[in-house]
Amino acid sequence: MSAPILAACDLTKTYGRGPDRFDALKGVSLEIDRGDSVAIVGKSGSGKSTLMHLLALLDTPGGGQIHVDGTDAKTLSGRNLNALRNSMFGFVFQQFFLNTASSVLENVVLPLKIAGVGTRERRARGMAVLEQLELADKARNKAGNLSGGQKQRVVIARALVNTPQVLFADEPTGNLDTATGRIVEDILFDLNSNHGITLITVTHDHDLAAPFNRRLYIRDGVLITTDEEHAA
Amino acid sequence: MKPLEILKTAITNSFRSKLRTSLTIMAIFVGAFTLTITNGLGTGISNYIDSQIAAVGSSNTFTVNKTGTSGNPGSGPKKYDASTRVLASGGRPGSTQQALGQADLNTIGAIPGITGVTPVTRLSPDYIQWNSLEKYQLSVSPLAGAQPQLAAGSALDDSGTQPQLILPASYVAPLGLPDNNEAIGQDVTIGITDATGTVHPITARITGIEQSALLGGGGAFINKSLSTALADAQGTGAPAAANTAWAEVTATFAPSSASQVGDMKAGLAAAGYTAQTLDDRIGTVKTVINGIIGVLDAFAIIALIAAGFGIVNTLLMSVQERTREIGLMKAMGMGSGSVFGLFSTEAAFIGLLGSAIGSAAAIGLGTAVSGALARGPLSDLAGLHILAFAPGPVAGVILLVMAIAFIAGTLPAWRAARQNPIDSLRYE
Repeated sequence: MSAPILAACDLTKTYGRGPDRFDALKGVSLEIDRGDSVAIVGKSGSGKSTLMHLLALLDTPGGGQIHVDGTDAKTLSGRNLNALRNSMFGFVFQQFFLNTASSVLENVVLPLKIAGVGTRERRARGMAVLEQLELADKARNKAGNLSGGQKQRVVIARALVNTPQVLFADEPTGNLDTATGRIVEDILFDLNSNHGITLITVTHDHDLAAPFNRRLYIRDGVLITTDEEHAA
Repeated sequence: MKPLEILKTAITNSFRSKLRTSLTIMAIFVGAFTLTITNGLGTGISNYIDSQIAAVGSSNTFTVNKTGTSGNPGSGPKKYDASTRVLASGGRPGSTQQALGQADLNTIGAIPGITGVTPVTRLSPDYIQWNSLEKYQLSVSPLAGAQPQLAAGSALDDSGTQPQLILPASYVAPLGLPDNNEAIGQDVTIGITDATGTVHPITARITGIEQSALLGGGGAFINKSLSTALADAQGTGAPAAANTAWAEVTATFAPSSASQVGDMKAGLAAAGYTAQTLDDRIGTVKTVINGIIGVLDAFAIIALIAAGFGIVNTLLMSVQERTREIGLMKAMGMGSGSVFGLFSTEAAFIGLLGSAIGSAAAIGLGTAVSGALARGPLSDLAGLHILAFAPGPVAGVILLVMAIAFIAGTLPAWRAARQNPIDSLRYE
């Protein structure tokens, strides 16, 4: 059995100091295997977003270690860290973060542009991923003119364009109505089961979390074994 | 991110907020416009002065005369020395100018660096006349390396046997010549009186008409053949000694550096001669003009610095607006260097736009105004284009403005580069 794609050991994270000191994470350990689908579930302020940011190497932990595919993240720095995030991770955010003035295709190929891929290949790969998400006909539209569901599909397309191994989603259905949310959900699970992409989702929505392979419940900066609120 | 992609993205980004970018460009435009105009003024006036200086003499010649030994009132009268000859000269009472003889010519020619020595014979013609019409006074001088600015005709042939002259434009109408072009090729008569009082008429051909000039004395330039003919006529009947004494000589040298010229001057001074180049005589004019242009340039730079703050402001607002976009790009693995490059390139591009448009407008308007002035109020100074634009200084202005814009862009770019992706993504 190969090393887990993500392993965290005794992660802590503290914001502020003195009387404003706030411990967002108080020692979290977990392992996520390749191809797994994991939901990190907690209320707002529970530390779930902080945990995701640390796992995605967007932030550095106060203490503890993170291993990505067996490599200690601490040994990676600057250029290597950026390259690893660019090639291994995809991000889907609740607020979309699309450049509304640019075309859909421009938005989707942004990670490839950052990676230094040439114009022709960028276009081909961008169109391929838009095809996969049934958005090819919208490629030339301005991103700002799309509906919420279409925007979230564009965001997923952007996350997939560099063929990541891990897809991080932060409340992916938070801004969508139930029907559209269901479609986005189906896309995400399809990617997980049919394309082998490891799916890590942060949510407070227990309905969204239910179909995941594993659910990690977090409260006040520590993982708890049972779903107390849900059970209650 | 590849540098070319950074450039393309920066250019696209600078057009995202069109109104804000155009206002910043306007501010840079004003500075670049002013700087190009002042530069054009400097180039135009310098060009004019250079051509005017070239019209009265070569830059590779010294005018040499004997250093005056008179002057110290306390030292009393000088003892007589049989070897010196004194020319009666004007100036204040008691000042004398010593004549230069063949021995002096040899001494000057022996100074290292001097390639040739020509005595200056003072020629005093009485009149000039064309076609037996009205006679006019005329002063003449040999070419001696001068490059007169011709309104018509061609340069003198110094090696030929035909006596030739270049006539100032102001003589054309009074002499009865139809116009500048018709005057070329006409023969005029120059009268000169010899030592016995006899007037010798000498015929010479007009080869060129000189533009009215700032520094010239309004005299005619003559070639060697005419100069010899006039000198011979003037010297008829004079004692032989008078033909071998000159007030000053022209010493030519190969094009040299300022320090070499200084060395030659020092050598001549040590031998008892005073040497002046043309720059010595006219250089101060240029210094004054350069000073005035310098002050004008300083004003333009102040305008550009104000425009630089405009760039800082514009880009800081852009950074603020694009906080989440920057955060997203950093989350996707864009390095801080690339983010810095993106914003500072955008600043330099805004600078390039402003300065290119400003310089182009300055060149267009300046050329038009300069042309109008040359035809109107400044028409007496033929050949003066008060604004001239050389590619070098204009490119220099554009590069300078881009450099100022780039420096102004570093603060916002640094702010963008050091943003934490997490904080940027949380930013509402």
